Amino acid sequence: MNPFTFTPAANLDAAIAAASQGARPIAGGTNLLDLMKEGVMRPAGVVDINHLGLDEIEANADGGMRLGALARNADTAYHPVVRKRYPLLSAAILAGASPQLRNMASNGGNLMQRTRCVYFYDIGTPCNKREPGTGCPALDGVNRQHAILGESESCIATHPSDMCVALRALDATVQVRGPNGERSIPFAEFHRLPEDRPDIDNTLQPGEIITHLDLPDADRFMAHSAYIKVRDRLSYAFALVSCAAALDLDADGTIRAARIALGGVAHKPWRVEAAEQALVGQPAGEQAFVAAANVLLAGARGHGQNDFKVPLARNAILQALIIATRGTGSAPGASQGDPA
Amino acid sequence: MEPLQKHPVRMRINGQEREFNVESWVTLLDLLRERAGLTGTKKGCDQGQCGACTVLVDGKRINSCLTLAVMQDGREITTVEGLADNDQLHPIQQAFIDCDAFQCGYCTPGQLCSAVGLMNEGHAHDRDDVRELMSGNLCRCGAYPQIADAVVRVMGAKGKVAA
Repeated sequence: MNPFTFTPAANLDAAIAAASQGARPIAGGTNLLDLMKEGVMRPAGVVDINHLGLDEIEANADGGMRLGALARNADTAYHPVVRKRYPLLSAAILAGASPQLRNMASNGGNLMQRTRCVYFYDIGTPCNKREPGTGCPALDGVNRQHAILGESESCIATHPSDMCVALRALDATVQVRGPNGERSIPFAEFHRLPEDRPDIDNTLQPGEIITHLDLPDADRFMAHSAYIKVRDRLSYAFALVSCAAALDLDADGTIRAARIALGGVAHKPWRVEAAEQALVGQPAGEQAFVAAANVLLAGARGHGQNDFKVPLARNAILQALIIATRGTGSAPGASQGDPA
Repeated sequence: MEPLQKHPVRMRINGQEREFNVESWVTLLDLLRERAGLTGTKKGCDQGQCGACTVLVDGKRINSCLTLAVMQDGREITTVEGLADNDQLHPIQQAFIDCDAFQCGYCTPGQLCSAVGLMNEGHAHDRDDVRELMSGNLCRCGAYPQIADAVVRVMGAKGKVAA
């Protein structure tokens, strides 16, 4: 790592002041330190935000929950109220990384993690995300992990998070505070598509720090949710494609409401509300699910090595919706401990 | 603050109070190996991908390569050197011997600390849970079945798993 100054922030205002001066906030550090060792990120200063509190996991009176930005991923996933009311979120978190990393990684940091594109990580190659204007070797290079939706001529990287896919499906709100005060960012607007500025991952402004994630009431989806993650090994690998699905079903199996979000396919969690609207009023079944998948994947295309992701995503959507229909916790495959 | 300024760090490592002065960029792993003389904790990938550097911080397992020593000021650290009770091996160490759960041994310190962390967490209830919740520790010799056997055996002895 290059030398850098290390400053523990005594309070949030001090952290914001340091971040406004260009210091990188560090919480778990699981991605930042990795990137600093590789020379991909070379901050002159790091500000430690681990002593700011912001680690609560609380149910709200309105049926929602507030997750502190500094609560750890493992503590969030295993929290009894999260498991009961947001089994989709719990399953998505536990599908990501390893137990050691989930013990370290913070909720806010999960949102801030950067793509694992091999060219982004290799400072010996061009990369528009790392060094704007140098080009994108992934376009016709090693792109098996890369995007099939929402990409640009500048960048076909994907966002690597599992947790964020569930947060998108659940309509979370990102609460931030910065030099100009507090701000609420709908999850859909937090991460951005690459367009011609792939160096900008999200809509945080300089000096802004995530303080909380707010989840609205999602009790109607509790009984029928599933997170499917397709990857090269059964555990501890990034998604090729993942799908978070949640259904609100009538007693006769008619769909009242649906949520579907995809991971591993775009620069941000991919959700198309029209695909969910197409399911409303339909009987839960393959015919309706295929129609929804077609809307969700409209315009999807591969770049060579990742062509397989288009049919893989379609199958993942169908499987997630079928498993969600059957019921939360009915997914086969990897155990995650403490089955719900 | 100047980048080259050193930071005082106090930790309780394997039951002993220790004090260090470290640069900001020293990881907990490098502090343990190069400043504290505890080379049992291994540097495998140094990227959080292999788990060889797993230690317990306040009883929780983490990758010591991905945290700065200065961030662990005041913490209680347990490394593989701290698992045994003098000459009495920790039950998971004895189980690794009994189950033949290692070959070259390089991943073993991380596997042992990870297994203790897994048992502290209490989320594993059967062999499938153990396989999933030990997945952060790679073993290139491929001793996975025996590692799972060893963890299940110790958990069973504690009545936490139907082995």
